[in-house]
Amino acid sequence: MLSDLSGWAITAVAILGVLSVAAGVAVFVVDSMARATFALLASFLAVAGILLALDLVYLAVVTALMMTIEMAIMAVFMIMFMMNPAGLMPMTMVHNAKGSAAVGAGVFVLLAVGIWTIDWPTMNPVRPDDSTRQLGEAIMGSHMLVMLVIGIGLFATILAGTVLATARGRYDRLGPGLDAEHPDDPVPGGLRR
Amino acid sequence: MTAELVLQIVLTVAAGLIGVGLFGALSQQTIVMVMMGLELVLNGVLLAGGAAWYFLAPELPDAQVLVVVALVVMAVEMAMGFAVTVAFYRARQLDMIDMASDLRG
Amino acid sequence: MPEQTLAEAWGLVPAVLGIVAVGVVLGVVVAAVDRVVVFGASGAVVEPIRSSARLLAEQRRTTLAPDRLLWRIGCVAVPTLALLSLAVVPVAGRTLWSTSADLVWFNAMEALLWAAVWLVGWGPNAVHALTGGYRFLAQGLAYELPLMFALITAGLAAGSLRTTDVVAAQEALWLVVTMPVAFVVFVAGAAAFAFWGPFAAPAEADIAGGVTSELSGVDRLLVEAGRAVFLGASAAMAAALFLGGDSGPWLPGPLWHLLKTLAVVAALVWVGRRMPVLRPDRTVEVGWMVLVPLTLLQALVVAVLVLTGFYA
Repeated sequence: MLSDLSGWAITAVAILGVLSVAAGVAVFVVDSMARATFALLASFLAVAGILLALDLVYLAVVTALMMTIEMAIMAVFMIMFMMNPAGLMPMTMVHNAKGSAAVGAGVFVLLAVGIWTIDWPTMNPVRPDDSTRQLGEAIMGSHMLVMLVIGIGLFATILAGTVLATARGRYDRLGPGLDAEHPDDPVPGGLRR
Repeated sequence: MTAELVLQIVLTVAAGLIGVGLFGALSQQTIVMVMMGLELVLNGVLLAGGAAWYFLAPELPDAQVLVVVALVVMAVEMAMGFAVTVAFYRARQLDMIDMASDLRG
Repeated sequence: MPEQTLAEAWGLVPAVLGIVAVGVVLGVVVAAVDRVVVFGASGAVVEPIRSSARLLAEQRRTTLAPDRLLWRIGCVAVPTLALLSLAVVPVAGRTLWSTSADLVWFNAMEALLWAAVWLVGWGPNAVHALTGGYRFLAQGLAYELPLMFALITAGLAAGSLRTTDVVAAQEALWLVVTMPVAFVVFVAGAAAFAFWGPFAAPAEADIAGGVTSELSGVDRLLVEAGRAVFLGASAAMAAALFLGGDSGPWLPGPLWHLLKTLAVVAALVWVGRRMPVLRPDRTVEVGWMVLVPLTLLQALVVAVLVLTGFYA
């Protein structure tokens, strides 16, 4: 049985696949933290490209969108916290590199053996007209519980993240009696509250 | 080229991403770099989920929903990771996980 | 069902070249209108072309220990993303390529701009440029969510994320009538991601030009042209999503779309040039406390109208 993918699409998938793994390796090889962050972004964009070739337009585009914003924020944190943001003073910050490499390679070999020995059931699947519509109807219909749990999980994340990251409470902002007219914030904000 | 072969190639790429990510997550010393390793693992999951949808079960939305869940897991991991990094840095002016070994229970 | 795309109608290479040409023309139009508003009418069209040619011939200057790879990537990415976002804007009733998630595609190209602009700021290893890059990210956090809600509101009314479907849904009534908030937020968001007008803090004079401060020659041309093309593409998108695209009496459709695009560009430049630059530390609170609730309320109103069959 021939695949539905055209020769061009298969070539693109192969090139993007190599690119995504190469960029993934580059993340841990390059010295500059900015380059590491954007190597990771390149890896994500290559995967998004493969998803695009696999007819998953919405997921591909959303992956590109979310991961770009994540990596832009990631770059800020990398440069804020890392000792060597621009790679101008090369240094290694790893521990147990050999053991980690063994685990990584072992997992890869294990997965690859499974991938190449299983008899995959790829016979004549029925393709939907529109994968975006299929996903939309699933998360607003049969799979709505997933969406509800995701929503609550993200809300909990917002709260927990804010609580962990901020060191200031309402007494720092509004004074011991909570009666200050304007909150005392390090950055005043735009609404003059 | 048969569909099965293409599927196996794509899944091998996904396995490669997972392997590289695992290496990074286990070997890196700074919290932010550990998170980048985890992100690479999840990147492999995204790819494998997409491939599973296209080659194995395009008539069902389940694989797509799995990819959405993987994306959300990435977002949550990032947000919580940065929050923990900021809290940890605020407490100790450090961002190395080796310095947090006293937090072991 | 989706109609033919430009790539199918004209062949891939002519269609891509056509879209690039449309992008360049839109960029020149934005620059010309900007010049008319700021300096009056003299040489409005010639001047952008002349200064482009001058930048092409200019020699690049460089800084100490720049991150050349990332810098170049950032500079090339800005106009490339602008042209890619134009790929889903209907030109003569068709888009270059049509997906089932055109609106998200447009949004993603604009999100990739976060990375591109930050790289332009990071690359030269200079403090003012990097400050500009950080300012852009701070502004991005403010405008991104309202912009997403504005885009998705248009898709909600049309029941499709395909831009040609959104245009087709406006035969009876322009969407701007029922979603003025989404329209204004979209156009303001366009100015914000082109860091232009009141949102120009990332490239403002108080930090010596910010992300653009160390750019010269071709690099400066690429970034400035990218901003102009992004503004033009967004104006064309706003005309297609909210102002009925190519619908209108007497004149042929593409001409109507062009006229509406020009009107949006003119209004954007005329208003934008008359407003002071917003401080980037003030934008996040406004974005999250005012614009997010407003756009959500707008989406709720539209959703209720969809349920009552108003757009059907």
